[in-house]
Amino acid sequence: MTEFLENINLSPLFISLRTGVISIIFVFILGLAAAVLVMRLPRRAKWIIDSLLTMPLVLPPTVAGYLLLLLFSLRRPLGAFLDSSLGISFVQTPAGCVLAASVIAFPLMYRNARAAFEQVDVDLLYAGRTLGMSETSIILKIAIPEAAPGLCSGGILAFARAIGEYGATSMLAGSILGKTRTIAVAIASEVSAGNYGAAGFWTVIIVIIAFAVILSVNLVTGRGMKQSVRWS
Amino acid sequence: MAVDIAIKKRLGDFTLDIKLCSDSARLGILGTSGCGKSMTLKCIAGIERPDSGHIIVNGRTLFDSEKHIDLKPQKRRVGYLFQSYALFSTMTVKKNITAGARGSRREKQKRAAELMESFELTDCRNKLPMQLSGGQQQRTALARLIASEPEIVLLDEAFSALDAHLKERLQYEVLGFLKKYSLPAVIVSHDRDEIYKLTDSAAVIDSGAVCAYADTKTLFENPGVATAARITGCKNISPVKKLGEYELFALDWGLRLRTVQRIDESIRFVGIRAHDIQALKSGTENSIPADIISVLESPFEITYIAITPGGGQIWRKLSRDERIVPHTDGYLYLPPEKLLLLR
Repeated sequence: MTEFLENINLSPLFISLRTGVISIIFVFILGLAAAVLVMRLPRRAKWIIDSLLTMPLVLPPTVAGYLLLLLFSLRRPLGAFLDSSLGISFVQTPAGCVLAASVIAFPLMYRNARAAFEQVDVDLLYAGRTLGMSETSIILKIAIPEAAPGLCSGGILAFARAIGEYGATSMLAGSILGKTRTIAVAIASEVSAGNYGAAGFWTVIIVIIAFAVILSVNLVTGRGMKQSVRWS
Repeated sequence: MAVDIAIKKRLGDFTLDIKLCSDSARLGILGTSGCGKSMTLKCIAGIERPDSGHIIVNGRTLFDSEKHIDLKPQKRRVGYLFQSYALFSTMTVKKNITAGARGSRREKQKRAAELMESFELTDCRNKLPMQLSGGQQQRTALARLIASEPEIVLLDEAFSALDAHLKERLQYEVLGFLKKYSLPAVIVSHDRDEIYKLTDSAAVIDSGAVCAYADTKTLFENPGVATAARITGCKNISPVKKLGEYELFALDWGLRLRTVQRIDESIRFVGIRAHDIQALKSGTENSIPADIISVLESPFEITYIAITPGGGQIWRKLSRDERIVPHTDGYLYLPPEKLLLLR
């Protein structure tokens, strides 16, 4: 057993966590900002923009991966430009892991944030206006605190999604051990190499992480859980 | 205070078309739910935008579609007291009050402290709104609103969700604070008692338009139009046929009535308040046999419902101490001086 554990390269765990942490920073801010902007749109525009922003949630991740490759491949204009002038490349790099995970996790954050904002009594925002508060401080001091439990649970779910991302990551960032191989990618690689033991190890790890995430969502929205209805 | 409002706003099938000019300290707007009274307040506060017209408060133009003036709610200095109070649930009482205060941080703190003192909120300054009683919540909302130094206060059904026993006390309290801080107010309600108690002049709104406006006492004495009479609580209204200068026939009641006021061509209805009806032993002019079909009792008054020869009902209310045994052999008398001639 100890021999088995010693033979496992733990780098996928750290790469997954690093990818998750960096992604959630971007995703939390962008998802929140997108939700605030969409809340201000007229109804019809809201439907359309909302649908577009939710797309990555329902598309197969491989489609997102393909589209990302189409944009950022070094043989494409944008990818070549970023590589030559800024030295940023998303193909087969850790940055690619973060980008793929962020794109896939974004809708979870965005949708949860929007749902949380929808629940905020609009009279509170009106009250803020008639009291002379600026639109920015109404968002920062009223809307976001009122929606905080929903925002946090959205953030945690998006973090979990970012850690577990496989499809888009494997297409854009590949499976380079110690560089871009995340846990989810490692499971696929180990299975295809016939190493069911290692794949099983990573599966156990990911199950533990998933359970911890769901538990923390329930703790964060604890107020809701305490008052939750029991059908009995 | 002077309020000068003339606004139009289309909302689907409904059109709001309000013209109202008042210079009383407290203006009431009475109407049934969905008549547009809340929308009118929201237009004054700048939460909703009228399609056209103007809104002038104390000589300051808040909105004028022709002059392209549309002040932001932040610039209107209009305090809005919401029915649900709209307290910020994540902020303490103190933070709620400072959120609306103007000036530097120090001035805000000072102002909040003063207001909490005068609104008796000092002891619960660190509590969250959900930990407060209904009365404390309303006082917090009012203190927060006054901290923002408004020129006018709008009360949007501010007492409607309250229990009866709390309602009267808070009405009295709020009236006191409005007077203490010399704040003019527009008070919107569907509760005629509230309007009568709190306002100097009042308008009745029906399906998006003002149908009556006068100083409050006059308005309740004679609303002038049938819809306003109904909304101000007149229980007995019947369409009429004019018979002479001082005589008409109430169609719903099958009753010939003599009046004190001259009946002009515009009169379409006659009304009488349930309290103004008297009982007689024998029939005279303006009376009908009291054919009582139902009796409704409430703590302090009793209502008799009589069916008339015309088929319509007449409601008569008595306070408890005047209580009489309902009888079928007497007459109901509609005193000519109490009849409301309505358009």
